[in-house]
Amino acid sequence: MPTLTVDNVKVSVPDGTTILDAARSIGVKIPTLCFLEGYAPQGACRVCLVEVEGARTLVASCSMPAAEGMQVRTNTRRVREARRTVVELILSDHDGDCQTCNRSGDCELQELARDLGITEITHVGEKHRRTLDATTPALVRDTAKCIACRRCVSVCNHLQSIGGIFPQKRGFQTVIGPAFGQGLDTVTCVQCGQCAAVCPVGALGERDQIAEVWAALENPKKHVVVQTAPAIRAALGECFGYPPGTLVTGKMVSALRRLGFNAVFDTNFAADLTIMEEGTELLVRLKKALVAKEKVALPMFTSCSPGWIKYMEYFYPDLLPNLSTCKSPQQMFGALAKTYYAQKIGKKAEDVFVVSVMPCTAKKFEAQREEMNASGARDVDVVLTTRELGRMIKQAGIDFAALPDDRMDSPLGLSSGAADIFANTGGVMEAALRTAYEIVTGRPLPAENLHIKPIAGLDGVKEAALTITGTLPEWSFLEGVTARVAVAHGLSNARKLTEQVRAGQAPYHFIEIMTCPGGCIGGGGQPRITTNAVRTARIAAIYREDEGKKLRKSHENPEIKQIYAEFLGKPLGEKSHHLLHTHYTPRKRN
Amino acid sequence: MAADAATCPCAQVPDAKLMERLDAVLKEYKGKPGALIPVLQQAQGIFGYLPEAALHRVAEAMNKPYSEVAGVVGFYAFFSTQPRGKHVIRVCMGTACYVRGGKKVLEALRQKLKVDVGQTTPDTLFSLEVARCFGACGLAPTISIDNDVYKRVRPAKIGEILDAYYPKAAQGGKAHGKR
Repeated sequence: MPTLTVDNVKVSVPDGTTILDAARSIGVKIPTLCFLEGYAPQGACRVCLVEVEGARTLVASCSMPAAEGMQVRTNTRRVREARRTVVELILSDHDGDCQTCNRSGDCELQELARDLGITEITHVGEKHRRTLDATTPALVRDTAKCIACRRCVSVCNHLQSIGGIFPQKRGFQTVIGPAFGQGLDTVTCVQCGQCAAVCPVGALGERDQIAEVWAALENPKKHVVVQTAPAIRAALGECFGYPPGTLVTGKMVSALRRLGFNAVFDTNFAADLTIMEEGTELLVRLKKALVAKEKVALPMFTSCSPGWIKYMEYFYPDLLPNLSTCKSPQQMFGALAKTYYAQKIGKKAEDVFVVSVMPCTAKKFEAQREEMNASGARDVDVVLTTRELGRMIKQAGIDFAALPDDRMDSPLGLSSGAADIFANTGGVMEAALRTAYEIVTGRPLPAENLHIKPIAGLDGVKEAALTITGTLPEWSFLEGVTARVAVAHGLSNARKLTEQVRAGQAPYHFIEIMTCPGGCIGGGGQPRITTNAVRTARIAAIYREDEGKKLRKSHENPEIKQIYAEFLGKPLGEKSHHLLHTHYTPRKRN
Repeated sequence: MAADAATCPCAQVPDAKLMERLDAVLKEYKGKPGALIPVLQQAQGIFGYLPEAALHRVAEAMNKPYSEVAGVVGFYAFFSTQPRGKHVIRVCMGTACYVRGGKKVLEALRQKLKVDVGQTTPDTLFSLEVARCFGACGLAPTISIDNDVYKRVRPAKIGEILDAYYPKAAQGGKAHGKR
């Protein structure tokens, strides 16, 4: 426990604590740029320089451990001038068109320059050439805005274990990107957008599709409907200055109505439907394995997260049979909006235009997958991220804070609390167990407030076990069986489980994977920047939404009962098979 | 990648024999930590440069992302992804050589060979590269041709040094030098 002095304040910190963290613990704000919570410091940007008595040079506080008796000064003329010079040099090689940059007002470099009092560009010299990489459906890279902080490299490699982008070349020539200056389409990018989620500037972001939505809304021939993913309501408020974890469900519906959508629906409805289909699929697989002694692919993996799906297609093609065949809620919704709903309002599939609002960039990729046209047209036409919806609402001049609360439309708008928790890690599993346990035993899940504690929270890999007793006669083959489940978020954590499964050593029946840390609430399309504190706040909001509902279980949702009675027949029935299930394709790793 | 052997002259399909030799190297280094750079050095020794197919093979065998392998190749001036000449000339641009006229030596070589740094002469005899210090600063300025190091090189003497590398039958080099 070294004790040091930061700006004349004494502070004791655990061994190994950096000067940066020590300073933050007593409310001293040291600016950072390349620093990313949870990762080894890069020491690349030199913005966090401080003065340490006795040291020959200024030191980078993000990577210097605190030591006994250290005298640190964070606000001397020398420090201020050094930081300014560092940022001025970064600005000298940065495309400074702030007014036309989509990060304006939300850019860490812009904020830093302002906080340091930089009012002119002092150094003029050679600049990086702009290469605009728009080779993928979801993400756009702009090398002229990149400041080579390497945050994106950390998440792509360590968090996701993909390794699509690395520093290429050296010195001034350095470009952060795929091999040999190629586009993201040449590497095993799963389009998760975590790189964009941590980018401090406008170098990495989603493909902006707002104009396509405006065009559809202005087209009198199109009936334009919108669906919003569970995670949006707990994060959209941040685009308008609300603190993380503020639920804005009602205002969001109002805003979508004012934007001119013909109907405002909920992806949550399709999440409830996913539980019916996926839960049944799991029970069928278990029955085949335990009763018919057939060889079936177990454990079964969830299939809601399109980055995870693409990852499996690249890295574990041998395990594709273990993936649930259920489409993601987004795609189930699209297929139903253009069939079930279109019939109800007397329209053809091609006259209904489906817009999704997702916390995710990979959803843009998923929507344009070749096979996603079960309705006879593209099932989902355009996907907007949470950030894009925030910008669109601003473009429309809507005063978000002043909006009244409104409700989703029927028949694709009602959902249970089980659907809400699809937004966070552990949520899909909990939702599935709430329904599956009740189907098998006729009794509610024996868990306090229906929450399964061991699979909640931000640990990377979590597991739970539940012994099934008192089964209904139809499910007697499950009597006494201990159901084992696992949950992982972040693809490097998912990899631990897929390796176990590949080695035949996984004791689980059902595994939930979400591509992004914290689940969809921490998705690549969410307001920036998402720290663990932000994740925790958004998850708490989602649980509040769940607990605030009378309906907590997917199978109790009356609109779900209605769609099976009127249209789908039964889970895994012929219509479901055609509209709600899909197949996967191995992809070549290049 | 899109490079098509039929349209792109730089895409040479590597010889299957050379690939076998690379596989042997990869086998030798399998599971050893810090093996990427030695493997790439040996691969360059085998092919004369680092063709794309070889880099893909290295990435796959070593279970490393292709972008990471490419990043390492791009970082070190020693590695080349372009086919190189029979002889590789490296001009030292380390501090000592630089201040003692390395830049003039490089300029003389450029003029003489009519190629730029990183390029190969049309007869594929020489490739011109720069290096950062051979550890022979007392002998500055230095150049190396293949594995031989030349000390206290004067720009005027470049022709003399190169003459030894032209094939005996073809005297084109001499004529070239007198121009």
